[in-house]
Amino acid sequence: MTKWYRENAPITAGKLADELMRLKRGSVTRRHFLGVTGLGLATAVLARQPGLFNSTAFAGDLGSQMSIATWPNYHDPATFEAFTAATGVAVEVNVFGSNEEMLAKLQAGGTGWDLFVPTNYTISTYAKLGLIDELDLSKLPNYDASTETARFTNEGIVEGKTYAVPKNWGTTGIAVNSSKIKTPVTSWKEFFDVAMTEADGRAMVHDYQLTTIGNALVSLGFSFNSVKPDELAKAEELLIKVKPHLYAINSDYQPSMRATDAWMTMCWTNDGAQLNRDIPEIQFTLGKDGGEIWSDFYAIPKSAANKAAGYALLNYLMTPENAVKEHIANGAPTTDSRVLKLLPAEVTSNKIVYPDEAALTPLEFGAAVTLTDPGRAELMARFKSA
Amino acid sequence: MQAAMNTKRNLVTTALVAPAAAWLCIFLVLPFIAMLVFAFGERAPEGGYQAAFTFAQFAKLPTRAAAFWNTLVLAPAGALLCLLVAYPVAYYLAVRANPRYRLILVSLVVVPFWTSLLVRTYAWMYILGSRGIPNLLAMIGIEDVRMLNTPGAVLLGIVYGYLPLMIMPIYVSLEKLDRRLLEASADLGAKPVSTFFGVTLPLSLPGVMTGVALVTILLLGEYLIPQLLGGGKVFFIGNALVDLFLQSRNWPFGSAIAVTLVAVVVVVLMVAMRIAWKVAGTRQVDLV
Repeated sequence: MTKWYRENAPITAGKLADELMRLKRGSVTRRHFLGVTGLGLATAVLARQPGLFNSTAFAGDLGSQMSIATWPNYHDPATFEAFTAATGVAVEVNVFGSNEEMLAKLQAGGTGWDLFVPTNYTISTYAKLGLIDELDLSKLPNYDASTETARFTNEGIVEGKTYAVPKNWGTTGIAVNSSKIKTPVTSWKEFFDVAMTEADGRAMVHDYQLTTIGNALVSLGFSFNSVKPDELAKAEELLIKVKPHLYAINSDYQPSMRATDAWMTMCWTNDGAQLNRDIPEIQFTLGKDGGEIWSDFYAIPKSAANKAAGYALLNYLMTPENAVKEHIANGAPTTDSRVLKLLPAEVTSNKIVYPDEAALTPLEFGAAVTLTDPGRAELMARFKSA
Repeated sequence: MQAAMNTKRNLVTTALVAPAAAWLCIFLVLPFIAMLVFAFGERAPEGGYQAAFTFAQFAKLPTRAAAFWNTLVLAPAGALLCLLVAYPVAYYLAVRANPRYRLILVSLVVVPFWTSLLVRTYAWMYILGSRGIPNLLAMIGIEDVRMLNTPGAVLLGIVYGYLPLMIMPIYVSLEKLDRRLLEASADLGAKPVSTFFGVTLPLSLPGVMTGVALVTILLLGEYLIPQLLGGGKVFFIGNALVDLFLQSRNWPFGSAIAVTLVAVVVVVLMVAMRIAWKVAGTRQVDLV
């Protein structure tokens, strides 16, 4: 236990304010916040009192709880609490490390999710397999397709039907703790070189075939989305060579980077922005040899038990005033021009979040085929069990 | 008359055994049959299972050699390491500890089991991470020591997590130890060390065997500790299975690995237990 815990039981007003600010900046998790402040238990008790927080706007048909499946460090916890306060619906958050894992859970059935956050390249497969509903846009009055950037809405539309609406976009780059690593890392080739030398035992790759195999392919001069057996074989050789030097294979890399257990990692825009904001020596760069540009969407599983609450939360999240808070906390760039207008200048001028167009040029969107390609799936499994 | 009574007794026996048998059929035999069927099938194009009859999944087993090796070597190694730590503790508790405090001491061994292993393993992540022991080492000038996500951390986690399961059976077998045998040994001129190796240790062997078997079997299915303290790099079969079912969505291959693991374990355990009990059994007979 740290000194902090011993000195502050029960918590003082000053420390509560401190913790609240840390939570808002995203440097602690909601669970940590609720735990140290004792608010978790109180919320849990209150959330289950019917009628206590029900507003007339949502009265009756939303049930008392719902479930969302999403990524680590991806939301402002205050968003869900405000939604619960407004509707009386408690939100259970499930965190995942890869789209493959989400797909596996949905295929097995009975996930209980009412809303989830799939990435662009998965949506056509979900629609084809009948795992997600076509969205009823009349239930989403706060979504406005005309203010969205077409580049990011396209992949939510399959055969003219809207199956998913965008949450935000981003990139997959490299986060480096510059106080520990002096060699400049500006490409995926350098990432893997440094992982075996200066960052020996301190570098992380995602537990996620798309980015881990994709960036290995890019470092070898191939396409991020390649499914060619000979190119995959070379990527496998590289990954297996790097593996003994890695700190971990884990998509939830923020805790390790913050604790300086890890010094370098594959990193998504939003995590890069959060890490850099709290620990300025952690820098985020895009690979000049390529990498991934992505957009995440919201979709409703066909098997959702509480679709009404799913739509209600989605509509809530699409309200620009709510979305802007989410974007400030989460750090990923918005796809919605209404939200962009509301964002403070220090966010929109941040080069991690809104990089120059030139830096984006070599990046590729994930392709639908990489999600279901057995070669890539098996490569990842072999790499991990090697 | 006799026959009628036998029939009646058989009916009662059947009625008593039926719930357990039904339970086993529904939750053990049926899933195992499903697993066997899956193991001879194929991965559907988008993942999952599609019907087929092929040995292709079993042919791919060598690609998981490392996971099998880790599991089949690290599980017994972890169990033996547990044994080395547990034996002195159990010996102290059963033989040396003041009987008045014995119950309290034994409870202290069991208390950690009241908290989820997940939570306790997270605590170790903190202790071994940069803010824990390496931070203390940095204060005395030893910089950048890395403890978390190493094979050593996995072994430590295993010993920590499974220690009570090893201590308890050994404690129970030592507790039953007849003190008169120790006195007899001393009267006949044996030094304490010879008494320990000639009398105490052989008599506690059944407990040791139970502990080793218990811990080894549980370790064969271990997933959590390698994932959290090994950084997802030291792979056990359990981790390979999670990967195959939850990421690659290759149910047939996952099933083939699971079936193979069960087969290997059954054979290894049968042989090991046979030898072990034989050794323990004959020693016991000799002493009586």
